[in-house]
Amino acid sequence: MAEPPKPAAAKAPVKMAATPWEAELPSQLKAELADRIVEAASYLGQNFFVVKPAAIVEVLEYLKLEFDFDYLADLTAVHYPKEEEQFEVVYTLYSFARNERIRLKIRIKDGEKPETVTCVYLTANWLEREVFDMFGIEFANHPDMRRLLMPDEWTGHPLRKDYKILEMDNRWVQENLGIESGQ
Amino acid sequence: MAEATFLDSTELVLNMGPQHPSTHGVLRVILKLDGEKVRGTDCIMGYLHRGVEKIAENRTYTMFAPYVDRMDYVAAVSNGLGYVLAVEKLLNVEATPRAAAIRVILTELNRIASHLLWLGTHALDIGAITPLFYALREREGALMIFEKYCGARLTTHAFRIGGLQYELYEGFEKDVTDFCDMFIPKVDEYEELLTTNRIWVERLTNVGILTAEDCKAYGVTGPVLRAAGVKWDLRKAQPYSGYEKYDFDIPTGKNADTYDRYTVRMEEMRQSVRIIRQAVAAIPEGPIMAKVPKVIKPPVGEAYVSIEAPKGELGYFIVSDGSTQPYRIRVRPPSLINLQALDCMCKDALIADVVAIIGTLDIVLGEIDR
Repeated sequence: MAEPPKPAAAKAPVKMAATPWEAELPSQLKAELADRIVEAASYLGQNFFVVKPAAIVEVLEYLKLEFDFDYLADLTAVHYPKEEEQFEVVYTLYSFARNERIRLKIRIKDGEKPETVTCVYLTANWLEREVFDMFGIEFANHPDMRRLLMPDEWTGHPLRKDYKILEMDNRWVQENLGIESGQ
Repeated sequence: MAEATFLDSTELVLNMGPQHPSTHGVLRVILKLDGEKVRGTDCIMGYLHRGVEKIAENRTYTMFAPYVDRMDYVAAVSNGLGYVLAVEKLLNVEATPRAAAIRVILTELNRIASHLLWLGTHALDIGAITPLFYALREREGALMIFEKYCGARLTTHAFRIGGLQYELYEGFEKDVTDFCDMFIPKVDEYEELLTTNRIWVERLTNVGILTAEDCKAYGVTGPVLRAAGVKWDLRKAQPYSGYEKYDFDIPTGKNADTYDRYTVRMEEMRQSVRIIRQAVAAIPEGPIMAKVPKVIKPPVGEAYVSIEAPKGELGYFIVSDGSTQPYRIRVRPPSLINLQALDCMCKDALIADVVAIIGTLDIVLGEIDR
């Protein structure tokens, strides 16, 4: 059985040991949309693109039309509070025809509003609402930018790293549940 | 919600749920009605939100494993399988052949248990009470095997990262084979009750049609997608845990309606039995745990791993920062994404059909709200 690779001992921020992704798909995409693609890489056999935030709709449309990536499996975000571009929005795509899965990522600053992709994939509607709810990332031109899971009047976005696990909106709890605190 | 703009004068808003037996949990659906016709729906959810993804960031990889059972609590084994596969992918470890075969057996038993609960409650929603009792009776057989194997019936926590914690108990193979022998005639029995039953057929045919194009647009997977005629199952498309070794068919439907989704799920139960029989006849010898470090510390990186859960594609996207705790775990719940198609399926349906359509989507709110 293969030994799992040891995590690097250095204190400096360790980067993901991704390797460049070289295949027909990334080279064609780079040839067509060169200035929109930041990176094409691969980790553990899973391929991903890093895309400029402003170009996300265009790239997704291109992938859907030219490469049959017709199914948006997932859309989520990751918060890196120490980075300048705090949020990474991750789009997981799948193509039924090619039986292939890829990821797209955009990196945005806090407060930046990426364009909604609901015009390309209807699935994105609720998924973007969930990202808004959990991270506070607003999607521009989204048809229905409301919270999905938390109550509408809730303040704060629970999956941000600066939102502590025991933190809650006490004002909401007191007003709506009639108790001092849920903790 | 009932603002003046939402309604025009002939329309009526009806609130269904959150406490309503047919919403299968605490789902609230706001229906916009024109007489008996549904003109629009709006789902309100989150009543069961426990912040599972946040909890994950504050637990170690091992400590988080039992939490995943509490999402889709009727298919806890599948949830566990998806999670351990994702962590194993990050660690670059693979479960031993013996562990993989046992995982397949338990997961397929769980698929049967989950489909049985769907069948019973779906039939109950339509007005047939008997199938519920029958389905729960047979489900007991599967749950009994879980209980004997790992001590729990629902929230099983059956798997560990790298393999299994428990060796099989004595007589496991016999229990599983007995269950399979008992179960196939029972499926025929359900079919006798329902498949050609006139009320059942008329209530389900041409109700809640969701075509293959719509399924793909909404990201709907699982039996709903297959009933629309798309022969796609992750167990075949991107096999995991040794599914490529087993011989089974992917049932599909033609009309993409509620009746087809019923026939697809019934056939899936038969196919699961087929897989279980093959797996149980050839459980490889050997260790049940692969070599994994005592402290799970995946290297910096990320991975998305998904499996075919009873309800559709269940995905885990895990980001590791090299520590013992996951930096971020995202669960891609099939129920949430399938439920999004409710509005499309209910367009111009009768209000009584909304119950059938929610039933046929086979949602679990624990997974939607997480």
